[in-house]
Amino acid sequence: MATTGGSTRRRFVASPGAWLVWGAVVFFFVNLAGVIGSVLVNSFGTRWFDTWLPQGFTTTWYGTAWREFGLLPVLVVTLEVSLLVVGISVLIGVPAAYVLARRSFPGRRLLYLLFLLPILMPPITYGIPLATVLYKYGFAGHLSGVVLANLVPSVPFVILTMTPFIEQIDPAIERAARMCGARTGQVFVRILAPLLTPGILAASILVLVRTVGMFELTFLTAGPDSQTLVVALYYSMSAAGIRAQQSVDAMAVIYTSMMLVLLVVALRFVNPTQLVARVREDID
Amino acid sequence: MTPKDQNPTVRVALRHRLAERGVDRQLLLLAPAALFVLVLFVYPFLYGVGLSFQPARGGVFGAYREFFADPYQRDTIWITLRLSLPAALLNVAASVPIAYRMRGRFRGKRLLTTVLVVPITLGTVLTAQGLLNFLGPTGWFNRLLLATGLTDDPVRLTYNYWGVFFSIVITGFPFAFLLVLSYLSGIDPALERAAATLGAGWVQRFRRITLPLLAPGLATTFCLTFVLAFSVFPSAVLVGDPAGETRVISIAAYEAAYLRYDYPMAATIAVLMGVVELLVIAAVLGWRSLLYTGSTAGGKG
Repeated sequence: MATTGGSTRRRFVASPGAWLVWGAVVFFFVNLAGVIGSVLVNSFGTRWFDTWLPQGFTTTWYGTAWREFGLLPVLVVTLEVSLLVVGISVLIGVPAAYVLARRSFPGRRLLYLLFLLPILMPPITYGIPLATVLYKYGFAGHLSGVVLANLVPSVPFVILTMTPFIEQIDPAIERAARMCGARTGQVFVRILAPLLTPGILAASILVLVRTVGMFELTFLTAGPDSQTLVVALYYSMSAAGIRAQQSVDAMAVIYTSMMLVLLVVALRFVNPTQLVARVREDID
Repeated sequence: MTPKDQNPTVRVALRHRLAERGVDRQLLLLAPAALFVLVLFVYPFLYGVGLSFQPARGGVFGAYREFFADPYQRDTIWITLRLSLPAALLNVAASVPIAYRMRGRFRGKRLLTTVLVVPITLGTVLTAQGLLNFLGPTGWFNRLLLATGLTDDPVRLTYNYWGVFFSIVITGFPFAFLLVLSYLSGIDPALERAAATLGAGWVQRFRRITLPLLAPGLATTFCLTFVLAFSVFPSAVLVGDPAGETRVISIAAYEAAYLRYDYPMAATIAVLMGVVELLVIAAVLGWRSLLYTGSTAGGKG
């Protein structure tokens, strides 16, 4: 391992290509830091016109944002929607992922394509007809409509994320359990569920992050009482002029810190690069 | 055999024959998911397609004719493609060399991956606000350009094409990078080392070994990044010029549905959006099917 580190560092110094690549990365991050930093500074600033930094610093914008936007109910709605979506999509998705990963049957490829489509289509393309249908049956405008709409990409996402985790489990374990007389339900609860816990946690957290950040579907189906944080933020920003820029910035900072916490938690459970292909890092 | 058992035997035989083809009770586990996709995805989608053929006037294809007759609507397709194709290409192309450098182990790899993933958490509004603050006429970026004397007037980068382009790059790049990195890590480094012992140089190794093995993964990454970029809606409104230069197709669909309450038209635009997007994806995946799609693990794979 020490030799690998050494050789990497030597390459780091020698090749001009490496310098170019890292230079581009640094340039991207400097600008990204500027983008994030300017929002952060502005959310703490008092008046900021034609200078490098605001005239003074204050924390009042956070209090203002919290009160003006009624953030507490919005956060409660966001939490309700995302927990419901996570729960339902895991309950529906995991058994389906299990069958798709283990079994072959006529129509399997077609079904797989059907589950792939909601991920391959932009949310607006199916969101608008879906919202029309949900309005027709009286779901849209309420929490239930928002949850139903958000399930459309989440269930396929759970299925796709869980498939590699299921493939990693040796089918011999299940066969052994069946030989000892366990029924499918028992196999699921006693054998698969404990072995799949890391996978289910990973999928849940990724769905949670996606749902909290999902703008289009919530935007198309939410009523005034069922807005999640992203949608409330969008409305507050597109209605610019009514609200102070700084309090919108403060709200955006609150949102991003929430997402950041979620993502850091997610990264503790799942190595993001292993979602697509199983990687043997101990190879060299 | 008693007559009583006759019927069950027939049923058992059918069950056996089905089981031989892989159909048995366990498939019922699929039922909730299949039902769910049918009710919440296929049905609404077909309903939308049906709705698009029932406009208030102009007969069956009235809404489609109306869309293509009006340049203000028709051009949204072109505007969307002009934004999303270059942005998706840039994201994928930039990911390859960076991911190439990040293979294997080195100190701080996990930290670097985490930092690269952070933009996923930003959300459209913070990205939009940040771009407006940072790239705006009095923002830090223009301030720096003016201070170093690179320009005399502030560069205009917000409320136009570039603002939206940057916002797509910021949100799409981490995603593309993660995918490319995982595809690239799946390629066995022993293959390249074998080529190196045969005397292949850096360029040859990349062109003859890594790139062909990586290409299918790149196609997938491009598709997923393109979907993200193609559906750009909030940032086209917030940092773009939603009435002109960045009037993307999702804005047209939204306006038809929620401002003019013209649901057949909205459904038509949604269908067209899906068709254009699937055409691009089909082209990319069709090209991909011409490429090698076997194991990238080398050895016995």
